[in-house]
Amino acid sequence: MKSIAVIGGGVAGMEAAAKLSKMGFSVTLIEKTNQLGGKLNKWHALFPSRRPADEVLNGLKTRVQLGINILLNTEVEHIENDDDGFAIALNQNRMITAHAILLATGFDIFDAGKKEEYGHGIYDNVITSVELEKAFRSGAVKTLQGKTPKKIAFIHCVGSRDEKAGNPHCSKVCCVTGVKQAIELKEMIPDSEIYMFYLDLRMFGRHFEELYKEAQVKHHIQFIRGRLSEAFENQDHTVMIKIEDTLIARPLKMNVDLLVLLVGMQPSGSINKIIHDLELEKEKDGFLKQADKHLAPHKTNIPGVFVIGAASGPKTIEETVNEAGAVTFEIADYLQNKIATKILKNENSFI
Amino acid sequence: MIEFGYSIQSNRQIDFDRNTRQVYKYIRRKEPSIDWCMSCGTCASGCTAGYASDFSLRRMILLARRGEEKEIRDGIFRCRLCGKCLNACPRGVNTRNIIYWMQQAVKNTQTL
Repeated sequence: MKSIAVIGGGVAGMEAAAKLSKMGFSVTLIEKTNQLGGKLNKWHALFPSRRPADEVLNGLKTRVQLGINILLNTEVEHIENDDDGFAIALNQNRMITAHAILLATGFDIFDAGKKEEYGHGIYDNVITSVELEKAFRSGAVKTLQGKTPKKIAFIHCVGSRDEKAGNPHCSKVCCVTGVKQAIELKEMIPDSEIYMFYLDLRMFGRHFEELYKEAQVKHHIQFIRGRLSEAFENQDHTVMIKIEDTLIARPLKMNVDLLVLLVGMQPSGSINKIIHDLELEKEKDGFLKQADKHLAPHKTNIPGVFVIGAASGPKTIEETVNEAGAVTFEIADYLQNKIATKILKNENSFI
Repeated sequence: MIEFGYSIQSNRQIDFDRNTRQVYKYIRRKEPSIDWCMSCGTCASGCTAGYASDFSLRRMILLARRGEEKEIRDGIFRCRLCGKCLNACPRGVNTRNIIYWMQQAVKNTQTL
């Protein structure tokens, strides 16, 4: 039986492992943490429908149970690539072999502390969108002083479209995440005022634009175009922000009880070893390079090594699940051709 | 006194917390479609008043949202309510009604 190593146990890895296993391959799913689900474990609700994240997570978990070898708390230490396939050294001196590798290693969340001028980790009431989801999961959003915030500002593009922060790319999901979170907050605290500071609103997906309009019309959330220059903490622990209102072309200042930074996606730092061992190519922005963006988006420059999900750039869950289906065919096709080539080679050697 | 040519510039910064935004709140009650505006500027691009002056409904709505009401008072009567903007708006904002109520708000409010 042909074996496949899926590296990464988030949405991409879980869905692909389930599908590959269903196709009859022997699948090993390698996850570095102690649970499957990746960053979905930290999320409360999904855009644009605001469906509970746990619902999708549980759906994925049910599918993964079909005879897959799941290795938790497992890290890849070294990979050898030879003619027959891959030898993968894991931590605790374990070793597995695979005929193909699927990289489903996902992304890292931008460390908001790098934008020191925004005060995350310095001021009391500056949080990230990830921390806000955590608060939603706990059922209450409070300031550090324990008060209910009445005036909240969201800052878009934190660690995205920012070359000095090392991320020139657009993380693409934060716009709609922000709009979704703003609506959730407004519903949670109906007498609050919410302001979104954006550069562009990239409502690219189905029903995203409707969500944006709902935020404006139904929830009276205000959208102000401009990028935060710096934030200051007042003595009462509120946060003062300074932004140019670019559509009016005048500087603006505002005090808020809570400042939410919509942090972006960046290339995963934990796969550099794998990239080195397999001699994989990266894009300029650091995400894995797809062999052909249109015609072979799930292949890499190395035959037998495939990539899906946010490892090759920011993606939504829907896109990632789609890719998991598509890569299943690509891997099956690759393994079949490999067998065919091998038989041909052997026949030739007999002559 | 000798005139040295010095003067004090007024502060251009929008102080969001100081502003009351009473005009915006008033119009929102009279014409709720003001909330539908997404600042695209289609209204202003075909505006007759905008050809001859710096009048822009997009800007007026934004100024109302920020509470910069002095600038509204200075500009809002440049509009003669022709209603071209009403045809242009892609979101169906009742633009002429907004301007009408903005003019009424300015007329009726002493504190502006």
